[in-house]
Amino acid sequence: MNEVVEEFFSLLGLIIMLVIGVLILSSTNEMAYVIHGWLLVLGTCWGGLFIMTHLIEKKQSDKSEYNDEIIKWGIWATFLWGIVGFFFGDLLAWQLAYPSLNGDMSWLNFGRIRPVHTTAVMFGFAGNALMATSFYVVQRTSRARLAGDISPWIIFGGYNLFVLLAVSGYPLGITQSREYAEPEWYADILLLFVWVGYFTIYMRTLARRQEPHIYVANWYYLAFIIVIAMLHIVNNLAVPVSLSLPTSYSLFSGVQDAMTQWWYGHNGAGFLLTAGFLGMLYYFLPKSIERPIYSYRMSIVSFWGITFLYMWVGSHHLHYTALPDWVQFLGMTMSIILLVPSWGSVFNGILTLNGAWDKVRTDPAIRFMLVAILFYGLTTFEGSFMAIRSVNSLSHYTDWTVGHVHAGALGWVAFLTFGTMYKLVPWVWKREGMYSLQLEAWHFWLALLGTLIYVGAMWNSGITQSLMWQTYDANGNFLYSFIDTVDAMHPFFVARAIGGLLYLLGAAIGAYNIFMTVRGPLQTEIPLSQRPIFN
Amino acid sequence: MPKLHQKLERNSIGFTLLILCVASIGGLIEIAPLFTIENTIEKVEGMRPYTPLEQAGRDIYVREGCYACHSQMIRTLRSDIERYGHFSLAAESMYDHPFQWGSKRTGPDLARIGGKYSDTWHVAHLKAPRKVVPGSIMPGYGFLAQQDLKIEHLSDRLKALSRTGVPYSQKQIQDAKTDAQNQADSEAENEDELIEKYGEKLNIRDFDGNPDRLTEMDALVAYLQMLGTLVDPKKTLKRKDC
Repeated sequence: MNEVVEEFFSLLGLIIMLVIGVLILSSTNEMAYVIHGWLLVLGTCWGGLFIMTHLIEKKQSDKSEYNDEIIKWGIWATFLWGIVGFFFGDLLAWQLAYPSLNGDMSWLNFGRIRPVHTTAVMFGFAGNALMATSFYVVQRTSRARLAGDISPWIIFGGYNLFVLLAVSGYPLGITQSREYAEPEWYADILLLFVWVGYFTIYMRTLARRQEPHIYVANWYYLAFIIVIAMLHIVNNLAVPVSLSLPTSYSLFSGVQDAMTQWWYGHNGAGFLLTAGFLGMLYYFLPKSIERPIYSYRMSIVSFWGITFLYMWVGSHHLHYTALPDWVQFLGMTMSIILLVPSWGSVFNGILTLNGAWDKVRTDPAIRFMLVAILFYGLTTFEGSFMAIRSVNSLSHYTDWTVGHVHAGALGWVAFLTFGTMYKLVPWVWKREGMYSLQLEAWHFWLALLGTLIYVGAMWNSGITQSLMWQTYDANGNFLYSFIDTVDAMHPFFVARAIGGLLYLLGAAIGAYNIFMTVRGPLQTEIPLSQRPIFN
Repeated sequence: MPKLHQKLERNSIGFTLLILCVASIGGLIEIAPLFTIENTIEKVEGMRPYTPLEQAGRDIYVREGCYACHSQMIRTLRSDIERYGHFSLAAESMYDHPFQWGSKRTGPDLARIGGKYSDTWHVAHLKAPRKVVPGSIMPGYGFLAQQDLKIEHLSDRLKALSRTGVPYSQKQIQDAKTDAQNQADSEAENEDELIEKYGEKLNIRDFDGNPDRLTEMDALVAYLQMLGTLVDPKKTLKRKDC
């Protein structure tokens, strides 16, 4: 019964997207838009064929085995988008240092490819990492096979089609120009369907669980899935101009639009880049070092604290603006309180390592995880600090914000992902271990050095530029023109680009290491008597 | 408390609903009142919807992702006001779908850029930024001067905007195409008609230095030249104080 319902809704979603694709193709002659029409049509046709083959073959999955195939694909997608995202990020960094690299061509200019970087890393890299690990975690902690035989594949395909539509559209001028919500209405509808499917799979798998309690990691993954859905729907309310144009106007304007957007933008960081990854931490750290989470109570307090407080703090992006003061002060206050549950998670993570500190020295994957926790602590402290109005008057509009985001994204999100992947890859591919521990260590040190150079350069450039903007001479005139403050940025921009390059290099080594691990020999078979159920 | 939570942990649907409730509170309290509290957007004189040409320029600004480096929001800080002009009022972006306040000043703020430089300066600067401002790190936008402005969809654009609440009249929507052509043509005879539709504060001229063509450069410069010119904030605030 469930299977039929699943097939029906998968098909329904595919058909709706197919119709949108066909309508686009029949009403436009704009090149970029035509490409998107074809991507939608081809993507949905692939999905349709996939379901048909499945129906014809009537393959019954073995319910006593976990579904790990989808996770393997998720890992590849994570690294593919990661490398794409890091590459574009570094290209942008070099463009800022040497503007002739823009080529003054529309599709290569900074403004158009900047969202390629942010979308590829946020939705491509981080999003796929969360999807893959959440499927792993929900199966293991529920001791049940992932629900659905076809919908996980449709969801995974649809999600990556969304990312592809997004990043292929920007260079050709298709964007809403709302930070981290740039994709246009048809891509947004696709993501909405995907997300409903993702949520359904998650809940259905939880419903099959053999354990009465839902493990902490799943709380965070659930919060990530639910809140992202809410943010996505509200922030992307828009009126399309017509079917023949890839353009829409946001439903809200000015001050309301700004507040909605930063409610979305900051909680993209709060729930995609924080809650989701805390879910990852709460499973993979204890599992990797084979020690339980330090405090169950602390995880309850942290979880509800983060879920409640994050949603208030978006207005700290709008200090001293035309947003009413009461919202600004409310956002600032909640941002400071948010430090408590954030550091609750930090301490819970660090104290979990007690008794296993030797592994930090011997196992690069654990080292990745520890540094991730430390960067999480640093970034959340910095974030609360920057949300204070007087600090914000110095930091806002400068590279300090960029440095803050990257301390979180490079140091926390990506470090945790790499550490987790180095554990997860041998587990799902059933290998003895990673191909090379030495390469893991190289990756670690390159990534750490790259992050430190990046963040250090941005702290310096941000504070320098802001102080220059605010420097007066004895007569009360500005000492520096705007372009003087741009000139002063050059050395920092070069340093940042070098830091980014090191990081990209590290990720490439990581991808190679994983590729070689997958090609390498299988684990020697564990005798059946020693195998836990479901493995 | 932990006992209670242990019960909750056994119920996936209950857990989901509680997450949804707890996470909704912040947004409801901070966003919903912005639509109902009247003084969120102050009453000002002079605000009007964008002309079709300005809106087309704005759409190009959005398409090129200019917000990644330029803010359009002068804060109430001394160093902002003295560098860029009177702090921005909420009313000044009331017809901005989407808002473009930005979050980064790799380049300067543009909220009151209108009228500060000549059209020739803007065109030369957009084509080759470093020839006009040595040391600039802005990409060049010479291709805008090569591309004809697509005006056939302007009515649709204004109509979509009116659906979001921008008060365009039926006539303004209908005439969007010709209005755009006329605004970029200093020799057009319909100047009075344009002024009647969009008010006195209107730049009617060829913007890109190439009167034979209506290009994307015309539209973008028309947009830049009107930014921050509609409202006299000092007047508005004085009236409120009285």
